[in-house]
Amino acid sequence: MSKLHVTTSINGDPVEFLTAPEQTLVDVLREQLDLTGTKEGCSTGDCGACSVLVDGRLVCACLVLAAEAEGAEITTIEGIATADGLHPIQEKFLEHAALQCGICTPGYIVATKALLEKHPEPDEETIRYWLAGNLCRCTGYDKIVRAVQDAATTLAHEA
Amino acid sequence: MGSFAYVAPKTVRETTEKLAELSGAGTPTQIMAGGTDVLVQLRTVNRAARTLVDIKGLAETNRLDIGADETYIGAAIPSAVLNENNDLKTLFPGLTEAADLIGSTQIQGRASIGGNLCNSSPAGDSIPALIANGAVCVIAGPGGERELAVEDFVTGVGQNALAADELLLGLKLPNPGPRTGDAYLRFIPRTEMDIAVAGCGVRLDLDEAGVCTSARVGIGAVAPTALLVPAAAEALIGTKVDDAALAAAGAACSEAASPITDKRGTVEYRTKVISVLCRRAGAIARDRAAK
Repeated sequence: MSKLHVTTSINGDPVEFLTAPEQTLVDVLREQLDLTGTKEGCSTGDCGACSVLVDGRLVCACLVLAAEAEGAEITTIEGIATADGLHPIQEKFLEHAALQCGICTPGYIVATKALLEKHPEPDEETIRYWLAGNLCRCTGYDKIVRAVQDAATTLAHEA
Repeated sequence: MGSFAYVAPKTVRETTEKLAELSGAGTPTQIMAGGTDVLVQLRTVNRAARTLVDIKGLAETNRLDIGADETYIGAAIPSAVLNENNDLKTLFPGLTEAADLIGSTQIQGRASIGGNLCNSSPAGDSIPALIANGAVCVIAGPGGERELAVEDFVTGVGQNALAADELLLGLKLPNPGPRTGDAYLRFIPRTEMDIAVAGCGVRLDLDEAGVCTSARVGIGAVAPTALLVPAAAEALIGTKVDDAALAAAGAACSEAASPITDKRGTVEYRTKVISVLCRRAGAIARDRAAK
């Protein structure tokens, strides 16, 4: 089986890797690039744990072939915090205890970042529909929604 | 046992030549756009090795062109991109709403209506909406392009009219007239992210007096393929799309349906629900046309 050479950008850094044709982006992120913040839950695009941004667009990394990363700009959970510390979305998830086991959290935070870039002041319905592709089996979702609402308010004040 | 390969051609010619070469050599191929069906199937129902032919790199599959008389939608454009285009949403609200019903935000970042059509599921939500809108498939092969009415594209469950060396480039839709409306409704037991129990798309034109002059009705998830229902359209044409006409159109949809019983619904239930969806979608299309 011949491997493909991929040149891409992950969290602003140029990255090269070799991939088998059928390997997914989440496979390569976790197993080759040691970017294990992105979680793999269902592997079929249902749970959202592997949410990443590809060219600014929210997608499931389990439904993207690693080979498709050629020339793309990818943002993972590792790219959300800044040198100054946690991103306000991350801080609000902590403050509101919007997580228990934490497996779904990286996906939620990446999805929330995409949400607030598109809808800086989302109402609750918009938040719930946008995040409907992210499953959490612990929290019951209300804490997550509150954390997102608070993060939106904080980011709106900063802007 | 063969091995997997991935190719991402940059031109239509390169794509059809690659498909012809691979199919000629007996190598299984799989065209993919957003991959939201293909990659799931590759991991579950069909794990056999094949060459994945990614058609997202072609200009023709990414082009969105709203012309004077018709609109061309590239087969690989993600539904999220379609729903960010306000001109397209204004022209074809039923179609863009159908695309917006498919999957989560993450899925819509990749999934395309061209892929939904080529996946050829009986329950693909965009297919009845495309049928209602009179969409025409633009198909490329080694000999050039051909066109095919969308209702003739899907030939069975998971099967379509594409030859091994052909691909779907995009869909052409006639633009709405001065008093045209379209709508798509589906029924699912939850608020979103489920597979249609039944779905119905309606597009109709009204004259200045509010009388329906033409109509197309497409139904999904109630037969092996989505269907055009001419009898439902005939029940609307010449009427003011009042309750009686809508009831007759709904009855025609029930008559045309040949559903199966599965965990989502029984034959009896689907047959009933498709008529209700036709009535409601017809009323929405009428009100949009009258605006």
